[in-house]
Formats: sequence, structure tokens, C-alpha cells
Amino acid sequence: MMKLIDARGLSCPQPVIMVRKGIAAMGSDKLEVLLDSVTAKANVIRAAEFEGCKVLVSGRGDEFSIIIERE
Amino acid sequence: MKNDFFGARWGIIAVGLFIGISAALLQWWGNPPNMGVCVACMERDIAGALGWHRAAAVQYLRPEIMGFVFGALIAALVFKEFRARTGSAPVVRFCLGIFAMIGALVFLGCPWRALLRLAGGDFNAIVGLTGLAVGVAAGVLFLKSGFSLGRTYKANWFAGILLPLIMLALLVFLLVKPQFGRAKEIVDGVETLIKTGPIFFSKTGPGSMFAPAALSLLIAMAIGFLAQRSRFCTMGAVRDVMLARDFHLFSGILALLVAAFLANLVLKQFNPGWEGQPIAHTNHLWNFLGMSLAGLAFALAGGCPGRQLILAGEGDGDAAIFVLGMFLGAAISHNFNLASSPAGVGLYGPAATMIGLAFCLVVGFSMREKFA
Repeated sequence: MMKLIDARGLSCPQPVIMVRKGIAAMGSDKLEVLLDSVTAKANVIRAAEFEGCKVLVSGRGDEFSIIIERE
Repeated sequence: MKNDFFGARWGIIAVGLFIGISAALLQWWGNPPNMGVCVACMERDIAGALGWHRAAAVQYLRPEIMGFVFGALIAALVFKEFRARTGSAPVVRFCLGIFAMIGALVFLGCPWRALLRLAGGDFNAIVGLTGLAVGVAAGVLFLKSGFSLGRTYKANWFAGILLPLIMLALLVFLLVKPQFGRAKEIVDGVETLIKTGPIFFSKTGPGSMFAPAALSLLIAMAIGFLAQRSRFCTMGAVRDVMLARDFHLFSGILALLVAAFLANLVLKQFNPGWEGQPIAHTNHLWNFLGMSLAGLAFALAGGCPGRQLILAGEGDGDAAIFVLGMFLGAAISHNFNLASSPAGVGLYGPAATMIGLAFCLVVGFSMREKFA
């Protein structure tokens, strides 16, 4: 199961707060986060790694997708 | 230059050190005491130079404000991070900018100047910084409970460069010093029409004190460039510590404080005490509440005044709206007798602070969105 968080257009710390709530609730699922700013991308990666998760980042033009799963 | 450096701990510390030393030097070169850089005071001076308020002592087109925006614009273009965007509750941000400025002028300084005041020995800054932290803490509670001003959307590039263009116009005004006003003057019984401001330039007071304009502009551009790369933000520094025990940005503002303090010692600009501090007053209650209002408004809007200028430089039209709100807030502060002075708080400053706090609470409680 993949849960989706669309944080495009939101400025930090909102994407980070949403991702931390998402990680806390995801159990063994994966989480996909959509972002459109490099600042938010860096902050979300930092937050996810801090929670002990593995991240997979892919970019589509100005937009990024980060897939987060527990290690 | 790789961005990894500025994203890392030593990068943000280096930026803080640079701002701290530059600010102390700008004071030494002629800027007002403990005001090497102050986004609130300097925007207030610009509003005065344009005649939007008529407080004669605080009127000057501060090149630092223009420089911050230009530096951020250049950094964003060079590193391909310029993105024109807008649409996240602009009118709310405009009003947050107004009240942020009103609060900052009750205390007499933005967070950058609060740090510089402390670095210059003004202990009243401790009260202001405590107020700032309390205001940001209230903002953090709102963020945790789902506060959001909503999404921003991609915009035409022209929307993104409007604030830099406005700054360019101000720079032209600074160089040309046009006199738009006309007034009648009677000399020896003969009536003549003379040219007068705006643009106004203070003849006495803080507005008459400034470092050489080219120097101010260049240093501010360097600060703007570095702040864009590192996301330097005083409000964010306090917020991230409270929200996530993240000390990344906080190490930057600590570096600023230490660097300015040491530079002040070397330049003999350190004068510790509570009383008689330059462009400051000793009313603890309103130093505290003024900065609480400012801190809450910054937290709700997502950045301190310096950060808002940097964001505006990289194309963020919502930050530009906040900046324009601050200009209007400065005009209101002086026209309506809200701004403090070394003599104490303005007549209606406390009332305006309470109205501002009430406004921010309404915004915090009412602006919520579910995204997930």
C-alpha cells in the first residue's frame, strides 16, 4: 500500500509536519510525498532519515516525488 | 560553489558570522548604532523617504533593503532556483506584514536588530528576544494543530520579479534624488515655488546616519546571496528548535550574535546596560509584547522580515506582499502615533499591539486546511 501526501505549494515546516504525521501512521506501508521546492525536498529528506526511514527521490521537472519506507 | 556547504552546519554558521561582522562594520562606517542591518527600521526609513510617513528623523532610502533582494535574486538565478509563485492567502499575508511591522516598531527593531542590540550591550533586547520566542511558540502551536495559509501556485515570471523591480526603482531614486513635491515659500515678500520631497532625506536623527551607499548595497547583496543559499531565518531558527529540536538555523543566529559582539568589542561599539541605549526604550512590558506580536506574525507568515525579502528575491510573490505590508505598517506606525522612540512607547502603540495580537489569533484559529 502506498499512501500519498501532496505537499506541493506548501512552504516549510508544513510539508515536514505532514510527513512526520504520515510516517507515524504508515506502519509497514510506503509513503509518497509530492513537493515542488528544493528547500522542502531537503527538509523532508532530513526529517525522514531522522525517523530512521529510507528515501527514494525522483524529480519530474520542477516537481519531486519522495518515496519513504521503513528500513 | 556547491550548495551542500551552505546546507550544512558550517555553512549556516559562516553566513551568521558574515552578517554579524558586516552589521558591526556598517555601524562603524556610519549606520545608526546597533542598526548595522535592521529590516524593520530600514523599511521604515524607506517609507519615510517616500513620504508615506512624515517622521523627519527616519527618512532615507536604505540600500541594504534593495541589496538583500538583489543578492537573493542573483543567487536564485545562478543556482536555477528562481520560481515565480503566489496565491497563498495574499491579503492575510499583507495584514500580517502590517502588524509585524507595528510590533517590531513598538520594540524598535526586527529580530536581526534585536540580536545586534544585544551584541552592542543593550540588555532590553533580551526582553524583546524573549517576546519573540513566545510569539513564535504560539505560532508553532498553531502549525501543529493544522494552521496553513494554503498552497502557493506557479506564476508568470513577471509576477516573481516585481519586487526586485520596485527595489530597482528605489535605487534609481536614491541615485537621482528626485524632488516630486512643490511648496510655496515667501522670501522678502516675494512668493516663489520651491521643490521639496518626497524623496525626503533626514537631516538629523537615525535617518541622517548611513554608511556609504555603494558599500551598504554591496554588503547587503552579499548577505542576500548567502541568505538565499543557506535559508537563513531568525524566526525559522526558533521555530525549528521548538518544533523538531532542530538546531540547524539556530546555530546561524548564534553565530551572528557572537560575531557582532566580538566585532563590537574590537570596534569599541560595546556599551552594556539597560538605560540610555541607542534607539531603544526600557519599557519591558511593551518590548516583550511588541516582539511577541512580531514573532507570531512572522511564524504565521513563515519567515522573519529578512527571510521574506530573500524569498521575494527568488520569486515568491506572497513574501513580496508581506514586504509591502511591512511598508504600510511602518507608515501607519508613525502616522498614527504607534511607534516607540527613545522617550518610550508611542501613545497608541499598546492598543495597536493588542489589536495585532487579536488579529493574529483569529488568523491562527481560523486558517486551517486539510491536505492529506
